[in-house]
Amino acid sequence: MRTTALLLIAALSLSACGDRLGGADGSGAGGVGAGGAGAIVPGSVNDPTSVAYFQQTVGDRVLFAVDQSSLTPDGRAVLNGQAQWLRDNPEYTALIEGHADEQGTREYNLALGGRRANAVRDYLVSQGIGADRLRTISYGKERPIQVCSTEACYSQNRRAVTVLAAGAGV
Amino acid sequence: MRRLFPLLAALALAMTPLTAMAQSAPGPLKIEITDGRIEPLPFALPAFVPRNEAASDLSEDITRVIASDLVNTGLFREIPRDAHISRVSNFDSSVQFSDWKAINAQALITGSVLVEGDGRLVVQFRLFDVFSEVPLGDGLQFVGTADGWRRMAHKVADAVYSRITGEAPYFDSRVVFVSESGPKDARLKRLAIMDYDGANVQYITSSDSIVLAPRFSPDGRRIIYTSYESGFPRVTLMDVASLQRQTVGGVDANMSFAPRFSPDGNRVVYSAEVAGNTDLYMLDITSGATARLTTAPSIETAPSFSPDGSQIVFESDRSGSQQLYIMTPGGGEGSRISFGAGRYGTPVWSPQGDYIAFTKQNAGRFHIGVMRTDGSEERLLTGAFLDEGPTWAPNGRVVMFTRETPGAAGAPALYSVDITGRNLQRAATPAAASDPNWGPLLD
Repeated sequence: MRTTALLLIAALSLSACGDRLGGADGSGAGGVGAGGAGAIVPGSVNDPTSVAYFQQTVGDRVLFAVDQSSLTPDGRAVLNGQAQWLRDNPEYTALIEGHADEQGTREYNLALGGRRANAVRDYLVSQGIGADRLRTISYGKERPIQVCSTEACYSQNRRAVTVLAAGAGV
Repeated sequence: MRRLFPLLAALALAMTPLTAMAQSAPGPLKIEITDGRIEPLPFALPAFVPRNEAASDLSEDITRVIASDLVNTGLFREIPRDAHISRVSNFDSSVQFSDWKAINAQALITGSVLVEGDGRLVVQFRLFDVFSEVPLGDGLQFVGTADGWRRMAHKVADAVYSRITGEAPYFDSRVVFVSESGPKDARLKRLAIMDYDGANVQYITSSDSIVLAPRFSPDGRRIIYTSYESGFPRVTLMDVASLQRQTVGGVDANMSFAPRFSPDGNRVVYSAEVAGNTDLYMLDITSGATARLTTAPSIETAPSFSPDGSQIVFESDRSGSQQLYIMTPGGGEGSRISFGAGRYGTPVWSPQGDYIAFTKQNAGRFHIGVMRTDGSEERLLTGAFLDEGPTWAPNGRVVMFTRETPGAAGAPALYSVDITGRNLQRAATPAAASDPNWGPLLD
């Protein structure tokens, strides 16, 4: 309840407090005022402690260049936000999924997805997140999110997604 | 006769030579598979003679499967039955060679089928070199159960193929693969086994979790594959008869995958990923002991034993891109064998030991290729949007692989091609299919 009350205050004073609550990219509270009147629904995207907020506002994924597993500046910015959120919400653990586009052999792409997921994990650990809260998995090219066979889709499929779960330890 | 997979139709198959018939010297009836032959050898295959009423349907079915096996190699052409002059109504009557010469049949295959009172099926056949007017090899008799009739047809076709080409047979064999359904972003996968020609498909896992890249043990009784059943990719061993399965190896790793048996079936070489780094490991199946074979910070995966067990070919991106390397089963750095343009992956040693098949990516296309084991004589057999994952027929003369089409509606299918690059064929699977592995010749 205390959190909700604080959020309500934050919503009412959006212009003043948005940055503090919104995470590293500063976009966090952007949607709060749009709802106009009323309380923030716990668990909704307007609730900064919610999974939906993490996914949509903090950003749950980073993208990679072709056959690369090194983080881009944009990727590091997203991960800074993830690290902040994970620090603020210590009851959550995360499974980091590494993915590849379809332009590769199946087994190599599994290994590449493993590299990508681990690059994210290592970065979050470097930002102070306990390694025991993070686990990785690779899906290789098995789970594309976009299904066309052009770079427009491939660029979205070369990703690592941080999937939250409640509960201590992974 | 040792037991075959009960799952796949119990069949006691006995093969015996027919009444002594002098082994003929090799005549002119001969196909060299490697000579770039373009004109298929014409053969006549009159319907096998049913020796009793119960055999009448099966004799026609068996005859069609034999013809299909031979024709689909691209090495043979069947002369249509309505062109035949002679009728064969008695398997033991003498052959009118002039009638078969007249229609330009170079090979003649005759046979008979008997279904005995106890349900046993007896198939006999003879192969003739028409222009030399001599039998090519002894007549043979196969005895089995009626529900194994396809295998007996494949045995006949294998004998014909081997006698004419001089190559080892491969029709009486099975393929394990991944059957796929559902949209591209939520594909369902399950393991299936089929006869090499797509018949008798049997599903051996559910599609509840992702399964990848199954491989038969050398005796065909076990399958090793990668399963997400535990939530994470894990090397999994299945007994084909009981369908019992267990996770093996890579227990401490984050992910284990790309398993393949040693030629003696006692060990499995596989990849495991720890802290983002994928290396090769060896599992002793009996003891459960594992040993790490590579320690580079690069990706080492897709290992495959040489048939004599003395070497392992694998892929590594240690040079900056995927390339092929060979090492001993004790591990080590290995030596690079691929040096052409592009990336090389999924190497597979041929059963004869003479070639390594691989997937090559170059200039935005995928190819299936073969090279000598020292990397020389590289030859690309296919080229397409996405070809990958070759597997060898038991005789090392045909390669099967996955071909996936592009776009939202893209789907994988199984194809085969000769090591000459000729005779590209799509395998008849009932649904989308990927990751074929060609098992051993059955016995």
